[in-house]
Amino acid sequence: MNPVNYLYLSALLFTIGATGVLIRRNAIVVFMCIELMLNACNLAFVTFSRMHGNLDGQIIAFFTMVVAAAEVVVGLAIIVSLFRTRHSASVDDASLMKL
Amino acid sequence: MSAAAVHSLWTTAATAADPISKINAPKIEYAQLSPTLIVVGAAIVGVLVEAFVPRKSRYYAQVFVSLVALVAAFAAVVALASDGYGTTKAHIAAMGAIAVDGPALFLQGTILLAGLVGLFTFAERRLDPEAHGNRVDSFAAQAASVPGSDSEKAAVKAGFTTTEVFPLLLFAIAGMLVFPSANDLLTLFVALEVFSLPLYLMCALARRKRLMSQEAAVKYFLLGAFASAFTLFGIAMLYGYAGSVSYARIAQVVDGTVTNVDPALAGTMGNDALLLIGGAMILMGLLFKVGAVPFHMWTPDVYQGAPTPVTGFMAAATKVAAFGALLRLLYVVLPGMRWDWRPVMWAVAIVTMLGGAIVAITQTDIKRLLAYSSIAHAGFILAGVIATSKDGVSSVLFYLAAYSFVTIGAFAVVTLVRDAGGEATHLSKWAGLGRRSPLVAAVFAVFLLAFAGIPLTSGFAGKFAVFKAAAEGGAAPLVVIGVISSAIAAFFYIRVIVLMFFSEPRPEGPTVAVPSPLTMTAIGLGVVVTLVLGVAPQYFLDLASQASVFVR
Repeated sequence: MNPVNYLYLSALLFTIGATGVLIRRNAIVVFMCIELMLNACNLAFVTFSRMHGNLDGQIIAFFTMVVAAAEVVVGLAIIVSLFRTRHSASVDDASLMKL
Repeated sequence: MSAAAVHSLWTTAATAADPISKINAPKIEYAQLSPTLIVVGAAIVGVLVEAFVPRKSRYYAQVFVSLVALVAAFAAVVALASDGYGTTKAHIAAMGAIAVDGPALFLQGTILLAGLVGLFTFAERRLDPEAHGNRVDSFAAQAASVPGSDSEKAAVKAGFTTTEVFPLLLFAIAGMLVFPSANDLLTLFVALEVFSLPLYLMCALARRKRLMSQEAAVKYFLLGAFASAFTLFGIAMLYGYAGSVSYARIAQVVDGTVTNVDPALAGTMGNDALLLIGGAMILMGLLFKVGAVPFHMWTPDVYQGAPTPVTGFMAAATKVAAFGALLRLLYVVLPGMRWDWRPVMWAVAIVTMLGGAIVAITQTDIKRLLAYSSIAHAGFILAGVIATSKDGVSSVLFYLAAYSFVTIGAFAVVTLVRDAGGEATHLSKWAGLGRRSPLVAAVFAVFLLAFAGIPLTSGFAGKFAVFKAAAEGGAAPLVVIGVISSAIAAFFYIRVIVLMFFSEPRPEGPTVAVPSPLTMTAIGLGVVVTLVLGVAPQYFLDLASQASVFVR
């Protein structure tokens, strides 16, 4: 199968993730969409690695996974603390500060 | 390339020689990486301090460790610079991952000094009234407890403090030290996350107004992670374009001067669509960190909600690190496509300068005002970036150094003006401050004049250098717009000064807390640097000029 198809899939996943970030209201779902974007990047890296025939892309994918894991830890900590204070994880409710 | 050839990359015939014996150990120049290594090491020591030192003495241990580490790392930067690593011996260390050159060392020095001054404001414990006989700082007693709950009251009563902010600060500084010196895109991305994640956490830790603080952290985190996902996709595209993430290699492919091409790679690299999309997406991520319009939406909310010492540190050091990375990306990786990125950066610089200055006029909160002012300043610095010349680099370096001290000093002054609810950040409460405490108001006026770019302050020297470089680099219209938006910005800075000195104090106005020597040092250093860089900038301009050559 032509590896370029995986690039299209990766771009599609990235777009779905980005759209989700923009239209979803729950902070956890927004965050999951961001994770989807990171995984779309991983797919692109691995595909390019296969196309180029060098291993850089696969190694970068491992780094991305570690970074994504660290981001999950920090992100969930922040979202959970907000949820415990407000009893809501909606990003629309968090509007104390406006212009 | 054929499937069998690809598979041979990660599989090997059983009869082959032991592959382990063939792995060459990487060559790491520890001495040249010492500034970063010292800070990372101290951050890890800080984590151990949290685990093993009794609660009573943790604060002192943490401040001591952080202070020693930052001073030692700064000494290491100075030693490297005086050894000539900034000029003649500039080279690429750690197997191509880190560049040790003039801009990197200059910015690392700036970040370390900003971190040191930031540390002083973090460690301040005399502004809030004592809680149950314990001195408290600007950070929550216990971050995990819900504001106003019993567990928080118990934590306050027991005298807990979040001393974890000191290791977090050090981790953030370590990431910022790597960010402007990263020499491949993977290091760039890892450094971006290493300095962003601690900042997200520190934003949520305010002792007063925790709700706002947590809200700021969520906004910063979600938008920051969104932006870094874009950066990562951009990196993937550039990797697809060049078959490598090394800056030098990508620059060669962009220029078309690549020499040794793997036959497998030749068929897949060099697709211009990937280059344009990838470059734009990485720029997007960096401009987000810089706080340039149209990626600035997070700035006012996060600056307002975060604990003020964190805001000051973040406003100064993040900008330095992000502009360093932006300069290296545009000047080392993508100089071959400057005809593509210059028009875009022109547009971004213009809307950033005008947008920041115009929206700032309507602000009624001092922290939001300073946030919009920082957006306008990002636009001025972008004008220097667009110059694409050696003067452009040196003027940006100088501007960043000058700006970071003014910013931390200004936010440190904001922590002093307080009422019963903590910091009194609403502008109306600052009315008549000059009558009640002339010294604090005068110091703040110096910082505001420096922001406005009035002669004899560092702001003027910086702006002059940046605009001069931009004009010589063929961006004269940009300079005109820059001067116009400086004039607009001057209006709201002067308005605050007028408010402080020429209006009647309100009867129930805020009081000015008397800080410990820590904050006094931070503010004093800010004033001294502002005036010295304003009155006698030549030495520092020369220093920045010497440091303005990138290694590639």
